[in-house]
Amino acid sequence: MRILWYTRRHAMLSCLAWLFACLPSPGLGQDTTAKPADNAAAFTQALAGLKADDFDQKETALRQLVQVNDPRVLEIFKALQDARLYIATQSGEFIYLNEDTDPPSGMKVLNGDKLADIDPAAYDKVSVNNQLRTTLKELIAGLNLHSPDRALRLAAVNELVGDVTPEKLALFNQLLTQEKDPEIAEVMQVAIAIADLDGTDSQAKIQALQRLSDSLRPEAYNRIKSLLAESGTQPDSSGVIAAATKALNNIDSRRERYRFIETTIFGLSLGSILLLIAIGLSITFGVMGVINMAHGELMMLGAYTTYLVQAALPNAIDYSLFIAIPLAFLISGLVGVAIERGVIRFLYGRPLETLLATFGISLILQQIPRTFISAQNVTVQNPSWLSGSWAINPALSITYNRLFIFGFAIVVFFGLLAIMKKTSLGLQVRAVSQNRAMAKAMGVRTEWVDALTFGLGSGIAGIAGVALSQITNVGPNLGQGYIVDSFMVVVFGGVGNVWGMLVGSLSLGTVSKYLEPWSGAVLAKIFILIFIILFIQKRPRGLFPQKGRAAEA
Amino acid sequence: MNNSVLRNVKLWSTAIALGVILQAAQAADTIKVGILHSLSGTMAISETTLKDTMLMLIDEQNKKGGLLGKKLEAVVVDPASNWPLFAEKTRELIQKDHVAAIFGCWTSVSRKSVLPVIEELNGLLFYPVQYEGEESSKNVFYTGAAPNQQAIPAVDYLMKDLKVKRWVLAGTDYVYPRTTNKILEAYLIAKGVKKEDIMINYTPFGHSDWQSIVADIKKFGSAGKKTAVVSTINGDANVPFYKELGNQGISASKIPVVAFSVGEEELSGIDTKPLVGHLAAWNYFMSVKDKGNSAFIKEWQAYTKNPKRVSNDPMEAHYIGFNLWVKAVEKAKSIETDKVAAAMIGLEVPNLTGGTAKVLKNHHITKPVLIGEIQGNGQFEVVWKTKAEVPGDAWSKFLPEDKNIVADWTAPINCGNYNTKTKKCSGQNYK
Repeated sequence: MRILWYTRRHAMLSCLAWLFACLPSPGLGQDTTAKPADNAAAFTQALAGLKADDFDQKETALRQLVQVNDPRVLEIFKALQDARLYIATQSGEFIYLNEDTDPPSGMKVLNGDKLADIDPAAYDKVSVNNQLRTTLKELIAGLNLHSPDRALRLAAVNELVGDVTPEKLALFNQLLTQEKDPEIAEVMQVAIAIADLDGTDSQAKIQALQRLSDSLRPEAYNRIKSLLAESGTQPDSSGVIAAATKALNNIDSRRERYRFIETTIFGLSLGSILLLIAIGLSITFGVMGVINMAHGELMMLGAYTTYLVQAALPNAIDYSLFIAIPLAFLISGLVGVAIERGVIRFLYGRPLETLLATFGISLILQQIPRTFISAQNVTVQNPSWLSGSWAINPALSITYNRLFIFGFAIVVFFGLLAIMKKTSLGLQVRAVSQNRAMAKAMGVRTEWVDALTFGLGSGIAGIAGVALSQITNVGPNLGQGYIVDSFMVVVFGGVGNVWGMLVGSLSLGTVSKYLEPWSGAVLAKIFILIFIILFIQKRPRGLFPQKGRAAEA
Repeated sequence: MNNSVLRNVKLWSTAIALGVILQAAQAADTIKVGILHSLSGTMAISETTLKDTMLMLIDEQNKKGGLLGKKLEAVVVDPASNWPLFAEKTRELIQKDHVAAIFGCWTSVSRKSVLPVIEELNGLLFYPVQYEGEESSKNVFYTGAAPNQQAIPAVDYLMKDLKVKRWVLAGTDYVYPRTTNKILEAYLIAKGVKKEDIMINYTPFGHSDWQSIVADIKKFGSAGKKTAVVSTINGDANVPFYKELGNQGISASKIPVVAFSVGEEELSGIDTKPLVGHLAAWNYFMSVKDKGNSAFIKEWQAYTKNPKRVSNDPMEAHYIGFNLWVKAVEKAKSIETDKVAAAMIGLEVPNLTGGTAKVLKNHHITKPVLIGEIQGNGQFEVVWKTKAEVPGDAWSKFLPEDKNIVADWTAPINCGNYNTKTKKCSGQNYK
């Protein structure tokens, strides 16, 4: 009902403005009266303006181009945005350059002639700056408003929310009547409502404010705020200020709620990283009691495996993680078994010596990538499906890589739980860790179980490294940054208790994210460490200590 | 003390003195040049390139016949991004290797660590990176930008050309970002920016969890006023920072980020497509069209045997610094620190952007200021530059406590920290 009312009123009011606004549109402006020859001349003339060095002149040229009804304009704008538009140094002819082909190829802007094998040195790029890019975005959005493609239309409408001028308002009202997609229509209504706040009709303003009061868009919020600031201390005769205050309060409380949710999500995401790096350690340290200082380096090996997989298969970046995960498990696991067989088995029951020996191993492992690859960080690419973010609403979005790591950590966690509870290996591991002599007497090959357990913990460290490679720098020192955190989580959660580790890591992550806004990242870390020191004083066995006979083992 | 012990002591000291002379005589066949850059650790991403640049420059000078008829010999040490180790390695370079000059350091904290040693042993350091100023040592030449040659012009550009009204000052937690942000905050407030429109944030070296900070920036920037981020984030923390910016969809047209420590080298590790339009302020960009620059790039790519290798601003600073040092040694006909340092002042050499770099009395040099936008291919395109070279200020005019302080290493002042009001030299006392 309300929509219809809006539409009719505005369509009537601004017929003339609408005519101007729709002129540039290729889809709707076909019936323009300009002759083709005039048009072509105007087009070339406007295009020539792009040759200017001055960015302001280029902007004028862009605005002229958009006035010319020519289907080539959109393509030119897109090419400018992607830095594909070049001018021949000699002839001054505009071309689209395609550097992906070898040798580079091109296409003439004016007539679409293909040019094979061109020398990029003979062409100058038409450069753009931020100001031009903003203009381009706005102009492209204006052109795309009529696009039959739903995604393009949605992007265009989203781009234009907040700067709907009176001329555009009429166009929006007109388009809204034709719009069938509910999502686009909703954004358009918000855009129209924001524009309505500029008007003089108080009734319309109140209606618009009611509509905006459940919008989370920052444009709406800012407009209402500035509306209140503008009206200042004037008496509120029409009820606009009351409506605006109410809308603002409503939005504020919703934004506050989403902010809380967002912080929690960030905390859980940090917690899931802590969980992932601690899972492997919970086996080697928690179950076997080995203080493995090389745990971080086993993660580093996993991260480097991802790098090597990507280097070996440069065309399959999107699948690289699926190859890297099992491979990293295998490599780190094998290195773990080698460490256990080669060093640790001689040192059981001597924690200080184990600590020193594994510290030495960590230095050796760090030197491997330094010697054979590079002392510098290496680039690990993100698969395209891990880039970008999932926008739930304008106030809340989650980046895909964090989402992936959260899910991945949970899967690994329950995978480990299943191995420990449901498989014979898990049974033997638990038996050996509780009572080695008795397990041996029952026929369990304890040495073999030791090696496999250590290998399992190390392998899990390896796949944690694959996940880390997606969010942090991959370099020889990668492991050192995480070793303290991983011990912290295991000790806090309770040594030998997997559920304690889950609760411990997620709560540490969340608490540190709640601290961060008011203490800063540096202090938050210090606070967490102080808290853990005090906590361990009070409860030396962690959050969930082992109880019963298992505790004595 | 009886006689025989005394004789022993005498004998030993003669032997040691002889040894030192012998060593000096051996070293005299070549002139040694110390290279003090981290080849591992968090700063290796930036500093390794500078070591290679120096090796190339020394190589080239030797091809031209060396210096004062002697060959140059590079002594490379790795302080491993470990700040106290920079001081130890400096001592080693001067006392053990007897280098004539040291080219090195990146972070200010490493330079501050070297400072007492280089002054005690009267060495010579060429420091090639933009820094926070508020310093001028007799033994250091600052070939990178002072704040008035980078930070202030960049902020001016944002304010005038991009009409920025709200500011995020984000940096790594150490002396350079803290001092620069202090100067910038004072400058912005002097320009009428309100305190609530400035957000300051510090993160540790190597920070990788940027999600909440980037989300905060996004929120701070969605308050209706045009917002920009001034980034003094250093080292490899930049890679996850820019990745997070891309992932959370902060485009340059919404919230531009202008960086003071991100150059072509740092960008070569990231996909720059989502970052197009973000800015950097430097005194040199690889994309600058200049004869000297293209010759330098050609040589660099040939030297590293990598036709895609990039060049960057601190490399140009080393290029300028090295050429200045060579010229000063030739002028002084000596490698003695005092003579070379005196000969340096007033010298001019061409820079790589078509201008000249002149050494000032405060041990800083003149530099043009360029602002570039990141392109899809990892290069910068210059969108703004100063008309002429800007002389570097050792002490900022925008901090009230430093307003009257100047640095002048010529007679009669001969001081790096001279108060023009009280006519007092606080000497090497940098607060």
